[in-house]
Amino acid sequence: MNRLRRFFRTPEAIAGALILTLLVAMALAAPLLFPGDPQAIAGPALLPPFQDWSLPLGTDRLGRDVLAELFHGARTSLAVGLAAAAAALLIGAVVGTLAGFAGGLVDEVLMRVTDAFQTVPSFLLALAFVSIVGPSLGVVVVAIALGAWTGPARLARAEVLSIRERDYVAGARVIGMHPIAIAFREVLPNALPPVLALSSVIVAAAILTEAALSFLGLGDPNRVTWGGMIAEGRTVLRTAPFLSIAPGVALVLTVLGVYLAGEGVVESTAVRRSLS
Amino acid sequence: MTVLAVSNLAKHYRRGDKTFAAVDGVSFEIGPAETLALAGPSGSGKSTIARLVLRLIEPDAGRIDFEGHDFLALSGAALRARRAKLQMVFQDPLAAFNPRASVARVLDDPLRIHNIASRAERPDRIAALLERVGLDANLAASPIHEISGGQRQRVAIARAIATKPSLIVLDEAVAALDVSVRGQILELLLDLQREERISYLFISHDLGVIRAIAHRIAILDAGRIVETGDARAIIADPQSAIGKALVAATPKLVRSSQETL
Repeated sequence: MNRLRRFFRTPEAIAGALILTLLVAMALAAPLLFPGDPQAIAGPALLPPFQDWSLPLGTDRLGRDVLAELFHGARTSLAVGLAAAAAALLIGAVVGTLAGFAGGLVDEVLMRVTDAFQTVPSFLLALAFVSIVGPSLGVVVVAIALGAWTGPARLARAEVLSIRERDYVAGARVIGMHPIAIAFREVLPNALPPVLALSSVIVAAAILTEAALSFLGLGDPNRVTWGGMIAEGRTVLRTAPFLSIAPGVALVLTVLGVYLAGEGVVESTAVRRSLS
Repeated sequence: MTVLAVSNLAKHYRRGDKTFAAVDGVSFEIGPAETLALAGPSGSGKSTIARLVLRLIEPDAGRIDFEGHDFLALSGAALRARRAKLQMVFQDPLAAFNPRASVARVLDDPLRIHNIASRAERPDRIAALLERVGLDANLAASPIHEISGGQRQRVAIARAIATKPSLIVLDEAVAALDVSVRGQILELLLDLQREERISYLFISHDLGVIRAIAHRIAILDAGRIVETGDARAIIADPQSAIGKALVAATPKLVRSSQETL
């Protein structure tokens, strides 16, 4: 309860939380408000917004309901963003913990692999991966996670390096705990908070990467995505700019909301740390 | 029969181009239910010896025999199993525990790892351990950071005796406690030694504490033992320069030896 109150102290955090709540509500309400296929034709093509109140944001080049597409696109963006960030944090935390705790050759090998992933631009990596394996939601998630786990891995390793010298790790060895158990039960949970602080940045980047992949036609073709909508609207940018602007604004607001909320979380935990 | 026999133990560290010996050919023995104190100024290598004996760090040379077996020859699962008999209590009772752990979890770990009690039996064993070290069994549910320093050090002792060890290494185990609590913890340690016949390797810079608990003492300087023998005799009349300096640095001892004169 206290933690919540501390979180809502800054206006940024409140704004971020509001945007995210709205986004989650959109994603959850999409199948209720717009049942059926959002990619189905709902009216005349290229209907401007605010003309017909059964299609408030108008229709696109093929006569699909833009508002329905926006709502369903929120589902994809959120799902991909959260899943990719979770996967990246998981891989990063495990790799970083193993490297930092084992040291020696294991550390050397794991960190060189991390270097290798870090030197390749992450978007290029995602692009190559999706082109080879084929576009589907799961593949897009893995492709984004592949480029995003190196940051958490480095951070987790640095944290583990300092924690492994602490007395309680020596204490765990003295009572005969297995090294793997020490790494994942004693060290990893205490190394996690600074790594989790990265999550908002990763979620935001993942949402943008997914949009970029979709824009290039490498998103899941069976799902509406905001990136795909922007790509679709690009061909009629002069006559119907709204088709690109609406999903673009949604994207900007989402990324902004994730950042602001993440900032709020970091801020509130920082206060808690300085108090304890 | 000796519980622990250490001979010619050495550990070198490299600082820049130079190597220096943190521990330089140290030998000692500890018998059953005996307390050997390692005393010396900071940097004399006493904590390094503690960590070497527990194999938290590996020696460069020397031999460690524990209960008649070569302790340095063990590795992997055999070493972890043997650790049950060789326990440690740290100086800072807060740093010695995972900050997220509860008292129950701290005591559950050794019982589980060494298969001392089944899952169903463990809560009772934990309660018994807490009572054995003079704590309320209800403390089990408390997070470790919410109990006092003295209580925490009792939990550390409970963890150390959970596996029925034959030797406990106490590295400045009472140095961080305030004076009244210190006396109680020393009483508890003496009590446990009498009843369970545990040997102690007691590392301290405080000769007053050593005189209260140790049978024998080894005074260290720059990684070497410079003087060893009966604790009271040496504290009353140290021969080495370091021994004299340590006695002079302990105000209570100076006064009491003047009184006896």
